[in-house]
Amino acid sequence: MNGPLLAVENLSVEFPTRQGTLRAVHEISFEIGEGEVLGVVGESGAGKSLTGAAVIGLVDPPGRIGGGEVRLAGRRIDNLRYEAMRRIRGREIGAVFQDPLTSLNPLYTIGRQLVETIRTHLPLSAVEARARAIELLEEVGISAAERRIDHYPHQFSGGMRQRVVIALAIAASPKLIIADEPTTALDVSIQAQIIQLLKRLCRDHGTAVMLVTHDMGVIAETADRVAVMYAGRIVEIGPVADVIHRPAHPYTVGLMGSIPSIAVESERLAQIEGSMPRLDSVPGGCSYHPRCNRAIGRCARERPELEAVGATRAACWVAGGTRR
Amino acid sequence: MSGALLELTDVARTFDVSPPWLDRVLERKPRALLKAVDGVSFTIARGETLGLVGESGCGKSTVARLIVGLHLPTRGTIRFDGVVLAGDGAADGASQRAARRAMQMIFQDPYASFNPRWRVADIVAEPIRARAPDTRAGAIAARVDELLAQVGLTALDGAKYPHQFSGGQRQRISIARALSTHPRFLVCDEPTSALDVSVQAQVLNLMRDLQRRLELAYLFISHNLAVVHHVADRVGVMYLGRIVEIAPTRRLFGAPQHPYTRMLLASVPDLAMSGKARTAVGGEVPNPLDPPSGCAFHPRCPHANDRCRREVPLSVAVDGGGFVACHAVAECRLPPAAALAAQNDGE
Repeated sequence: MNGPLLAVENLSVEFPTRQGTLRAVHEISFEIGEGEVLGVVGESGAGKSLTGAAVIGLVDPPGRIGGGEVRLAGRRIDNLRYEAMRRIRGREIGAVFQDPLTSLNPLYTIGRQLVETIRTHLPLSAVEARARAIELLEEVGISAAERRIDHYPHQFSGGMRQRVVIALAIAASPKLIIADEPTTALDVSIQAQIIQLLKRLCRDHGTAVMLVTHDMGVIAETADRVAVMYAGRIVEIGPVADVIHRPAHPYTVGLMGSIPSIAVESERLAQIEGSMPRLDSVPGGCSYHPRCNRAIGRCARERPELEAVGATRAACWVAGGTRR
Repeated sequence: MSGALLELTDVARTFDVSPPWLDRVLERKPRALLKAVDGVSFTIARGETLGLVGESGCGKSTVARLIVGLHLPTRGTIRFDGVVLAGDGAADGASQRAARRAMQMIFQDPYASFNPRWRVADIVAEPIRARAPDTRAGAIAARVDELLAQVGLTALDGAKYPHQFSGGQRQRISIARALSTHPRFLVCDEPTSALDVSVQAQVLNLMRDLQRRLELAYLFISHNLAVVHHVADRVGVMYLGRIVEIAPTRRLFGAPQHPYTRMLLASVPDLAMSGKARTAVGGEVPNPLDPPSGCAFHPRCPHANDRCRREVPLSVAVDGGGFVACHAVAECRLPPAAALAAQNDGE
């Protein structure tokens, strides 16, 4: 197959309200290649989780996809009916969410949940599926898997539950995993273990990952490319080393400066004044211009599109020192 | 240290988490005691920031609650500004209350610590009204405006309700409320954990400015090592109710001694992308109801031996400043921190 594994084009997600339709995600486009890890970062309300939910067809009503296309391996999936989408979820796109306890049913043993998932997608007998479930648990690093398979979710710690959720996500060997803040609820030492696990699984199986997180450190360690979102739009996208070390967009620059680092001693952190605009009052022009320290007159009037600036692509009129 | 503002000596707190009496009798279960904090000692000087880090359930927040008096210690003494707040020779209630005026607390989720039906001006004024009920209304209003300005809000914001503010602004309100009684010491329990990084930077910068201007001392509790590195003068690392290492920030991050500190530092995601492989240490924090014998870290420690499994290590001073509670460090069995870093780079 040629072309990217996942292609998203001009995707919008909107919420109808009494005051009019609010757009949480604005015509964003990106691609993920086979086996590639794309990080999606941004602050709360940037639309990063909604983008992930839209790809996998899980935008909660009344929210809806307001336009654009999502293609998986060349096949359009954003307009599929519920049943057809259900077969794709789990089989071709897996998902890992932030809170592992809410992803697992507390009333069933994890073995039953794994077997159910496996048998939904693969033609295996109950006995074969159980053997496969034990294999999966071993693969995600759960020791004594044969015994622990009959335990309930509450008998696992947070890190172990996240491993079970990852086992569920990879049960049918999907080509793409949407991981929405997979390490946010975990302690740092456990977070390191889960990141290593995700990286190893991607390498071994050639699985692509869309990693949604607000933690730049996790992105730096895991992703190949990164998309930075602000107020529902991608403001910068490029290889992870370039975005982190040579950011072009003023928002990315500010975001990087505001992260305290152990390697650097600084008296004050760079700070971006103000906060992300509310959905019902996103400013015109470049939506970042009221907070931007380099804004020019044009920024308030016209919205910039993503264009190549150095090694990355940024949506900014002043990025790169050249006034386009 | 004689100039210490706050001094904790061998403070411990045990919680009784036993099942109900009838269950214990019927099922012959013993009492269950949870040692949340066990033998913690440290001091904080005037105008100093002590960072306290550790993973969930290590007792950081219990230490905070012990200091502000939300829990009483089962053992040990807490002395603040020369007044013994708990333990042997505790001062009488009146002098304790007087001393506690100089101490305030900031919580992780500011929204949960506000009454949603009160206006911000009333929220900020509440401590003033509680401590000095005969203050004139005009004086209170002037003070509230001054406090709001101090944290970067305007006097007009006083007329709004908490839900009208963003997370960062709410944390500013809770800082304004904490400052209303002219404290010299703030206990900050994960003050920025619920905030986005750009807003976190605003709040951390504000806290630093206020510290300089008002000579505040902070106990800054966080699980984020990078944040603690940024704000703290000294850092204590907690594991399962004990402080395993406490040292000046530069020493702790530059030459970590305790194996747990090293593990924590190694597991911080690396923004610099030096290409260094993360040394994720296996295992998880054990159940505090059934802590391991000896050094609580020994099941996860690569340097553990028989002595670690038997004896609880005592805190000893180390070169370069600070204290470490580790047999391996005391016996010089550990590779030096620099060698360890080189070894990691080589992997």
